[in-house]
Amino acid sequence: MARTRFVGDAGLTARMTLVMFLLGALFVALIAVVMTLFWAQGGATLGVLVGLIGLGVVWWQWARSDTVAMRAMRAREVSPQEAPELHGMVERLCALADMPKPRVGVADTDLPNAFATGRSPQRSVVVVTTGILRRLDAEELEGVLAHELSHVAHRDVLVMTVASSAGIVAGMLTRGAQYGAWFGGGRRNNNSGGLPIWLVVLLVSLVTYAVSFLLLKLLARYRELSADRSGAYLTMKPQALASALQKLTGEMNQIPDRDLRSAAGMNALFFAPALSGVSLRTLTATHPSLEQRLEQLARIQAELGRSL
Amino acid sequence: MGFWDVVTGRTRPKPAKLDALFLVPSAAVTLQTSIGLAPTGAGAVCYRSAAGAAFRQVQDDVVALLDADPAAPPVAVSQDDFGFTWLLHRDDPGDVSGLVTDLHAVNTALEDNGFGPALLCSLVPFADADGRTVGLVYLYKQGTFYPFAPRPGEQRRDNLLEISVRDALRGELPMEEDLGRWLALWGAPGLEPHPRG
Repeated sequence: MARTRFVGDAGLTARMTLVMFLLGALFVALIAVVMTLFWAQGGATLGVLVGLIGLGVVWWQWARSDTVAMRAMRAREVSPQEAPELHGMVERLCALADMPKPRVGVADTDLPNAFATGRSPQRSVVVVTTGILRRLDAEELEGVLAHELSHVAHRDVLVMTVASSAGIVAGMLTRGAQYGAWFGGGRRNNNSGGLPIWLVVLLVSLVTYAVSFLLLKLLARYRELSADRSGAYLTMKPQALASALQKLTGEMNQIPDRDLRSAAGMNALFFAPALSGVSLRTLTATHPSLEQRLEQLARIQAELGRSL
Repeated sequence: MGFWDVVTGRTRPKPAKLDALFLVPSAAVTLQTSIGLAPTGAGAVCYRSAAGAAFRQVQDDVVALLDADPAAPPVAVSQDDFGFTWLLHRDDPGDVSGLVTDLHAVNTALEDNGFGPALLCSLVPFADADGRTVGLVYLYKQGTFYPFAPRPGEQRRDNLLEISVRDALRGELPMEEDLGRWLALWGAPGLEPHPRG
């Protein structure tokens, strides 16, 4: 009987599922409120139309995510003859994971980065920059590739697209409500006792947008941790990904964003120190902190190392 | 990947399918009669080494298991350029069933210790009278076989020979139909030109 070392992280799964549920509930609540308000006014079509346009945009982006991302990063697809080691690495990882092999692209920029995108595992692309190829050794690069392939296998682009539908629609409706104010604001609606309808919609949309924004970032961080986890189990070498992360994060922090002469005056604008780890910065980050990721990798290392 | 696995972002590591290896001895007979390729007596297992003491212990146990036969040469453990480990076991060319049993023992040892997902492939090399070598590769995750025939001295494959091997073995072994999955294993141990005596 085969025994498994691969204990799931129940806490992470539970938190992630809760976030996705809340996002879904938010979406449903938003649609319900907007429909009610617009039907009360008698202008249902505008709300529905705006919502549909918003959804259409976001799903078109999902369908074209691989080509759009390649073009945005100015990456070009490389053939196995052009990059045999890279293709070989990706092929073996895909054989180990039993997943279809994505297209492989290289972006010519010194900024170290790697990403994977695409609408499904059958139509996806993994891109690395020349900057990351230069900085990481083969084992570390493989750890990063395994993380990116996990994103493809988990269909993270699709998941984030679905989850962000609430936010997108809320944003669109905010604009729709503003136009409603300009074109129909003269008529005062009696139903909500004094507050004009467009203002109510605007407020609801803004609140929805803010809440969904934070929830989306939280979801993105959980998906990143999941990809770290799956990638580490695929390569069986958590320390390769750990050292890659340390190299890359350390590197990014050293590259100065601003000119030395201007930095002196900027101190006054920096955020206030965090209250016990929660701050605007951590709430809006799409990636978990390095410490969190290293902690998870260390736990996986211990899992792999213990005798069954 | 199932819907729920996508939602929770969890990968279930793919278990290896081990039993199909036992079809190889009869396939070896077919290869001999139809194409003239004979087993070389070697067999290799390719897996991903995990970090940590537990895996080292399992690997040591497996090597000791294969070295138990004093008549056979010792097991050769090597690392390839992609960070995968190869165990090459050489034995009597006439005893393909014994070879397959040994390979299966390696696989079960890894699986029993929870490292089943680390297995990538098995390789059983065959050679003909002209010195051409063809490796019969078994992919654990897909549960299928495919041939790999490197041309001696260069990094090119003899695709015609590979396709004829596939066609010859189609009825006997589950052959991999997707040609894109026929991974090239350059420099794999056991595929060097084998002196035929």
